[in-house]
Amino acid sequence: MTALVHYEFVQNALLSGALIAVVAGLVGPFVVSRNMSFAVHGIAEVGFTGAAGGVLFGVDPVIGLLAGAVLAALGIGTLGVRLRDRDVAIGSVLAFGLGLGILFLTLYTRYATEAFTILFGTITGVSRGDLILLSLLGVLTMAALAAISRPLMFASVDPEVAEARGVPVRALSIAFLLILAVAVAEAIQVVGVLLVLTLLITPAAAAQKLAVRPATASLLSVAIAVTVTMAGIVISLVTPYPASFYVSALSFGSYLGARLVGPRLALRRYRLVS
Amino acid sequence: MLSATSRRAGAGTPAVRLDRSTLVLGGTTIWRDLRLEIGSGEFLTVIGPNGAGKTSLLKVLLGLLPADGEIDVLGRPPGRGNPRIGYVPQQKAIDPDLPLRGRDLVRMGLDGARWGPGLGSQVVERQVAAALSSVGATAYADAPVGRLSGGEQQRLRIAQALIGDPLLLLLDEPLLSLDLHHQREICAVIAGWQRDQGGSVIFVTHDINPVLNMTDRLMAVVGGRWAVGRPDEILTTTTMTELYGSHVEVVRVRGRVVVLADTGDPLGSHHDLAALPEQLQAGV
Repeated sequence: MTALVHYEFVQNALLSGALIAVVAGLVGPFVVSRNMSFAVHGIAEVGFTGAAGGVLFGVDPVIGLLAGAVLAALGIGTLGVRLRDRDVAIGSVLAFGLGLGILFLTLYTRYATEAFTILFGTITGVSRGDLILLSLLGVLTMAALAAISRPLMFASVDPEVAEARGVPVRALSIAFLLILAVAVAEAIQVVGVLLVLTLLITPAAAAQKLAVRPATASLLSVAIAVTVTMAGIVISLVTPYPASFYVSALSFGSYLGARLVGPRLALRRYRLVS
Repeated sequence: MLSATSRRAGAGTPAVRLDRSTLVLGGTTIWRDLRLEIGSGEFLTVIGPNGAGKTSLLKVLLGLLPADGEIDVLGRPPGRGNPRIGYVPQQKAIDPDLPLRGRDLVRMGLDGARWGPGLGSQVVERQVAAALSSVGATAYADAPVGRLSGGEQQRLRIAQALIGDPLLLLLDEPLLSLDLHHQREICAVIAGWQRDQGGSVIFVTHDINPVLNMTDRLMAVVGGRWAVGRPDEILTTTTMTELYGSHVEVVRVRGRVVVLADTGDPLGSHHDLAALPEQLQAGV
């Protein structure tokens, strides 16, 4: 099995997988605390349309994916100003985006296999060029997140006080949507459009069952995301089944485990009535 | 931290001043020609039925809502991000799974608005610890906020508001959904802060009774009309009837004030000024 590491496609897969998992693991806790699972899903599906459009117009699908995701994020941010509007805005943007995707699919007949790989992920298809692009985007995302993490956290858990204290709540919400768009485009490389939540929600959800400090929750979320991604890729290399399946199965397993262990940990720590 | 004496040096300027202020929201006049001055160290209680604009007053002072007229808060026009204003908004449920300790919530009041990830420092930790102990929340400072009781969460929110060392404290229904015991404790924390630091307080409530003896002046807002004065000037049948525009009876039962609207009065469907149901229970 160690011989596999000498193949370039294996190196690319493991390197990009690790990087993407770190980004997803860091973004995840904010997605969970801001209740944005549906936004992640919407951004991913419009990203799919972007990739399909990219293939149709002869642009790199990764660029198309990114463009679609960013446009979806901006659309959701503009239409869903109030929390009450957000679900409806996401649903509308998502439906229109998928409609376009179907149009592109019909226009470009060779598209079926490419659509399949974007929907379900192709981590072993990542080229050296993709790896460089993904690394660049990943580093940018992490730097941006580090810069806004403190006021973003304030705005996420305590929006009224944060606003009174001068935190630009609305601008931060747009900035986070853009960060999320890049993170989603990255996660799609590993698990595909339909399974992005398995990297952007599940590790963070598992982490928050186990941790009580914001920093610990982020670290745990990254650790879980990286572990399930690495393990998923390695297992898929030695078996005939896709990495997406293993990553999502391991991720779900970690969540179930955290749900079992978490409450006991909490009781032992604080002796609180649950 | 400023000492109480150095704060009093600036006692000449009022903490809050509104002159001929009018606020209209969505076509409804919330208040018209409001004149209000709150001296430094003064405790103003604001009462009124739901939707009368009590929260709007706090939002105007915080710079979150624009209003007409001359408005000064701590000597300057209202604007977001004034660290000398402590704010405790109305309580809201917190997800019990949220990975956030009481300590973290309080710290946000100190440096939550700053950019960058914000690594801990001993100075910050000491300030947080001091704020926690000043409200008596040290015992549960490391538990997840969402798993604490309403009273415990409220103490943490007050610590969060006080950690920035404010001169003015704005509290929006801080006693809502707390039992009598916790109401008294929260009131004691606020009174203690005011005594030690000499700050000003605006306390929004629908029930005057828990804060009646702390209140220097009382403001009542009802349907665009307002009245400000000593509690015994405002809590009279004459003033209240004038404010409500229909007959309202103010009675005192066992040292507590009850405001009774006539039955059949459309205002009776609102929350009565002094939370009638609680009064009936307390009076039995």
